[in-house]
Amino acid sequence: MFDYRPTVLLIEDDAHIRRFVHDALAAEGCEVFQADTVKRGLIEAGTRQPDAVVLDLGLPDADGMTLIRELRGWTEVPVLVLSARSQETDKIAALDAGADDYLSKPFGVGELLARLRVLLRRRARDASNAADVDFGDVHVDLARRFVVRAGRPVHLTQIEYRLLVTLLAHRGKVLTHRELLREVWGPSHVESNHYLRIYMGHLRQKLEADPAQPAYLLTEIGVGYRFAA
Amino acid sequence: MAASGDARPDPDRLLRQLDDTTDAARRGRLRIYFGASAGVGKTYAMLSAARVQRDQGVDVVAGIVETHGRRETAELIEGLEFLPPQSISYRDRTLQEFDLPGALQRKPRILLVDELAHSNVPGARHAKRWQDVEELLDAGIDVWTTLNVQHLDSLNEAVGGITGIKVWETVPDAVFDAADEIILVDLSADELLRRLKEGRVYLPEQAQRAGSNFFRKGNLIALRELALRRTADHVDDDVKAYRDERAIEPVWRTRETVLACIGPGPQAAHVVRSAQRLARQLECDLHVITVTTPRIAALPPARQRLLEQAMALAEQLGAHIETLAGDNPTEVIVRYIRRHNISKAVVGRDEIRSRSSVWLGALLGGVLSRRRGSLAEALVRACPDVDIVRIAATAAPEPQRDLAAPEAGETAAPLSRQGYAWAGAYCAIATLVSSAAFPALHQTNIVMFYLLAVVAAALRHGRGPAALAAAVSVGLFDFFFVQPLWSFAVSDVQYLLTFAVLLGVGLLVGQLTAGLRAQAQSSAKREADTRGLYEFARELSSALLAEQIVGSAENFLKAAFNAQSALYVQRLDDQLHLAPKPAGMPDPDPALAQWTFDHGQAAGIGTTTLSNSPILYLPLRAPMRVRGVLALDASQRTLYAEPETRRQLEAYATLIAIALERLHYVEVAQQALVGIESERLRNSLLAAVSHDLRTPLTGLIGMADTLARDSDSLSAAARERVQAMRDQARRMYALVVNLLDMARLQNRETPLRREWQSIEELVGAALAAMKESLAGRPVTVDRLSDLPLVECDGVLIERVLCNLLENAAKYTPPGGPIHIGAALQGQMLQVAVSDQGPGVPASGRQRIFEKFTRGASESSTPGVGLGLAVCSAILQAHRGRIWVDPDYHQGARFAFSLPLGTPPALEPEPR
Repeated sequence: MFDYRPTVLLIEDDAHIRRFVHDALAAEGCEVFQADTVKRGLIEAGTRQPDAVVLDLGLPDADGMTLIRELRGWTEVPVLVLSARSQETDKIAALDAGADDYLSKPFGVGELLARLRVLLRRRARDASNAADVDFGDVHVDLARRFVVRAGRPVHLTQIEYRLLVTLLAHRGKVLTHRELLREVWGPSHVESNHYLRIYMGHLRQKLEADPAQPAYLLTEIGVGYRFAA
Repeated sequence: MAASGDARPDPDRLLRQLDDTTDAARRGRLRIYFGASAGVGKTYAMLSAARVQRDQGVDVVAGIVETHGRRETAELIEGLEFLPPQSISYRDRTLQEFDLPGALQRKPRILLVDELAHSNVPGARHAKRWQDVEELLDAGIDVWTTLNVQHLDSLNEAVGGITGIKVWETVPDAVFDAADEIILVDLSADELLRRLKEGRVYLPEQAQRAGSNFFRKGNLIALRELALRRTADHVDDDVKAYRDERAIEPVWRTRETVLACIGPGPQAAHVVRSAQRLARQLECDLHVITVTTPRIAALPPARQRLLEQAMALAEQLGAHIETLAGDNPTEVIVRYIRRHNISKAVVGRDEIRSRSSVWLGALLGGVLSRRRGSLAEALVRACPDVDIVRIAATAAPEPQRDLAAPEAGETAAPLSRQGYAWAGAYCAIATLVSSAAFPALHQTNIVMFYLLAVVAAALRHGRGPAALAAAVSVGLFDFFFVQPLWSFAVSDVQYLLTFAVLLGVGLLVGQLTAGLRAQAQSSAKREADTRGLYEFARELSSALLAEQIVGSAENFLKAAFNAQSALYVQRLDDQLHLAPKPAGMPDPDPALAQWTFDHGQAAGIGTTTLSNSPILYLPLRAPMRVRGVLALDASQRTLYAEPETRRQLEAYATLIAIALERLHYVEVAQQALVGIESERLRNSLLAAVSHDLRTPLTGLIGMADTLARDSDSLSAAARERVQAMRDQARRMYALVVNLLDMARLQNRETPLRREWQSIEELVGAALAAMKESLAGRPVTVDRLSDLPLVECDGVLIERVLCNLLENAAKYTPPGGPIHIGAALQGQMLQVAVSDQGPGVPASGRQRIFEKFTRGASESSTPGVGLGLAVCSAILQAHRGRIWVDPDYHQGARFAFSLPLGTPPALEPEPR
């Protein structure tokens, strides 16, 4: 899967889950370190300098959120949150605190691997800082600010373009409604979720093959949006 | 004093108007056929209009219509539904009266009630017909009625002056002003006279007795002018109200206030009326006060009653009344003027003339006041910036209203006779003591003993006995101790001076001490009243149960008013419950209590509603709403009729009401706390269960997954088993999710997180979530991009879609197509998921949405049957619906609808 051997730190208190995640990641060629408490996790994160962190929120000694905040204090390492809590508010809180993605328990190994792949790839790609993005039959030229689909230019309004660029910049990562609104419309509009719906609808209509079954501009219900990797 | 400044409409007034309009929406409309006198054709006009309405199909009922034997009027009544009157027995006679309970029960659209000013037969619910009409309007019934100009309270006097006939049946101006429609039935004087000659006019009894006086042409013209002008005033008010509401023209309010100062005299009511007319003209508030000086307090009860009647009239006219106490009326009035910023003060002529007084003291008092100048002049001197208006006296005396008179007046007489006897006794004692010391003590010192006797008489028995003591003392002193002894002759002329001074001093001292004593007594009474209220309030504030309140109330009311009481309290079931009443009290009538509660007005003895009842019912009015009813057994006295005791009663009632309200809110707060606690418990339980179930499931699914991926080391059979394990684990998870959702949705207080969602987006998310279950099936979706946003909880609606898709996948053969469509249907957005499987049998279309039922019982397809129940609960919470389309026969089509709203507008993008 990878051309290098990424280090993944897994912080989870349930032994069985730790077991199969470890096995799955190891099978894909990652080096996996484990921790079962927040304290241990912080120590491991500091010493091992992992390329990604997989974190369970429901840890015995403290809330996983504190760990996220701690980490974010000194590193930008991608954090994938595993959550048994089903409420959207918890997911949004984790994302706002600095996590990059989340998975609800129970999850399949395939999903876990897919998400992790995205996070690790982003880390590698951040260095290159591409000026062009391609997905499906769409080509986006970030430097010269135009979008072409199947050879024909697509007209996007200023806001639509800004929205697209924001999603692309955080490719693979879930962006909460609040974050998107703040980035695209400014801090005064953080409560106007309907704007997002309408503009995402426009983008889907203009760029997706089937707007009702999007392949790239994905919705995370109740939480936010994500651009597929 | 006028505060013009801003030309904006007064916000308080607008708020009141708003309240009025919302109230008026539920109230019936009052239409008054108004005329200058009897015979102009008001009843005729009313009946004609009623027939027109009836012909158009409106429900019109004639409540009570007086035809007075006129043929044409009687013809109009034919064909109108007629409400039979009720029979009331009064003093061995059976009289007919308008049936108010019957009318309320019948509840027609329009009710005709003739003669608004009529006084009801005693025994009817209200004393006056206009009160019946008010109740009908409150119940939402439109009422049409008739009224003559002389029946209006404010014009009653004026008309009496014109025609020389006073009518006693009047209607308060407030009722007239609040009427929705005034239709003036106008007739020229000549026309009316012609009708009279033709015998087509019914003359009221008094008119007949006065002979031709009433129907003189001059009178009729004047009456007509009054009626026209009053109607014009009413229209003017309407126009002004209309303009105010729309702020069409600036309304300039002068902040004037009129004050009327009245005393116990026959002119008092006249002064009040004149002041009220003045206040109406200036469109400002009216205050009416009276100052109780010790002198006034000693007047006979008949005079006091005049004052009380005048104050009651003032209250009825809507004035703010107050009874002040003090020695110097001018000072008290000036203080009041300053405090309330009065701009015009109205006084009558001074009448405190001691015409029939027997007491020299009162005469002296009158002389003294005359020396100080009249009240008006004193006010002019004290407040040069206030307009003082002196009202001319009327020639005709006011008709004596017959309020139930307290018999307290009669008890005064024997007491004072006793006082005189004691005065004589004191003088006798003084004489005895002096004669014992006579030769040794000089006359000048003897005089002191007599002075002592006079002071003692004044202190203990009042003005009259003091005056008697003074006169008797002089006589005794002269007879027994002045040369020549044992005769009334006087040898030394100087003693005449002694006599004069003794008499004068005696009278003065008597006057002063009596005055002081009276003041002290009234102060003591006031203090006792206030103390009673204070202690009652204190005891109520510590009450924690309704029973304690009831107990305290009974005790204090007994102490303050010497009346037994029973309390009706409104409990949580919104019903009135009678608290256990003390023995010896007659049973209160629950229907009357309910009436008092519903209308928030006092009823029973001393009031104008059902005054035959021996019990007084007072509503316990708290700031939020009426909390109960107080039933007072005061059959010995008419507590409610006296303004002073009435104010006290209302103070007690308010205290009880506030205490009850406090208890009510304590209960509410406790319930809320319990609710919050149980909510918290439930949520933490759900969270715990949720977490504890998900963790082992995750392990299970994850490990099955890992096994599956490691497929090279497994045989085909093993691989299948692993796959099956995984599927089962996923199914269990789906069930857990449904159960937890159901639990959360059952709790009706869970708020939905409603946002404006795009149905296209929700469908997309659902399809993505169900990708695995729908693998290998062709899924088609209608074009959803043009549909408007709909306000809903996105997560829950996505769940609905997922459940529907899951069902479609579960119950149709693999590879079968699934279609999702959405469309607008009126005010709803309809979304449908259809498949081409076996469909839902007609019998099961309702049942499948219930918990734990499925299409075929015990079928092989696993699942517990909660999915659709959850969908149903979710749609219900959104005020939408979910159902199986009965007209779709290729398979099953599940449709659900969500109410559309108006999505918020989008700001246009800056270019």
